[in-house]
Amino acid sequence: MEYLLSEYLPILIFIFIGFFISLGMTVFSFFVSEKNPDKEKLSAYECGFEAFDDARGRFDVRFYLVAILFIIFDLEVAFLFPWAITLGKIGFFGFFSMMIFLIVLTIGFVYEWNKGALEWE
Amino acid sequence: MTIYSIIFYFFSTVAVLSALMVISSKNPVHSVMFLILSFVNASGLFILLGAEFLAMLLIVVYVGAVAVLFLFVVMMLDINFVKLRHGFLQYLPIGLILGLVLLFELIIIFFTNKFINESNINKIISTESEFENTKNIGLVLYTDYFYVFQISGLILLVAMIGSIVLTLRDRKGVKKQSIYIQVTSDSSKAIEKKKIKLKEGLDV
Repeated sequence: MEYLLSEYLPILIFIFIGFFISLGMTVFSFFVSEKNPDKEKLSAYECGFEAFDDARGRFDVRFYLVAILFIIFDLEVAFLFPWAITLGKIGFFGFFSMMIFLIVLTIGFVYEWNKGALEWE
Repeated sequence: MTIYSIIFYFFSTVAVLSALMVISSKNPVHSVMFLILSFVNASGLFILLGAEFLAMLLIVVYVGAVAVLFLFVVMMLDINFVKLRHGFLQYLPIGLILGLVLLFELIIIFFTNKFINESNINKIISTESEFENTKNIGLVLYTDYFYVFQISGLILLVAMIGSIVLTLRDRKGVKKQSIYIQVTSDSSKAIEKKKIKLKEGLDV
């Protein structure tokens, strides 16, 4: 497994440096900095008023629909990566297998376009 | 202790700790953030196993899209924290049973190798000589596993149509922008010239 580690060594070094820098910043600021806790410092400030409502509000279900459609096409693209790099070896069967897959998803795309799911009111 | 096992223990420790934080933190948004951290560490473990494509997919799909979806759900649910604690004891037995079932399954997998078909796994996971894991998947996925691949496409189609049917509804009284009408309108319909005589108004 040593070959894998050597290939991913730059990313690993990056992860470790990021981890220890952020850890160091948190720990040192926890111990070194001057602390003067006050209840008012933690309270919400809303243009001078007292905060009268929770920040957590409901919002439109349309955002959710857009996110789901994004995931579906994201997965479709994920299927394309191995196909693209092995296209020379899997031949016509592999090519048309992916074409059928894409046609099925294009039917869904046409459906959502005609339904108006992509439009924002 | 080799460097390999040090890295393995680093990733797995952070993954387990962040998974614990997912179920124990009070703020659901923080839970989702720890879930993302757990996904990232799991992808690190996948890379250590030699399954690079799965690792990258975990980053792209789970961290990029599913975590966003979880955040949407958390934001939309309009959670009342006091009510959330209320049914804890009521649902405890079901949760314990599910947890025990999962634990039992893990123990079965741990003590038997019946679930693993070595020859198939060696085909997918790259060996020492061959480094390209994605290529190995591509060689079998679209030809040998043709039906499974097409079924996955159909599942995506069903998910797409289902989400539209469930969430899309026409709202009355909303003015929509029709680009066709907007582009084809000409100035003679949009603007009207009127002559106004002196000292007389105009009824609009």
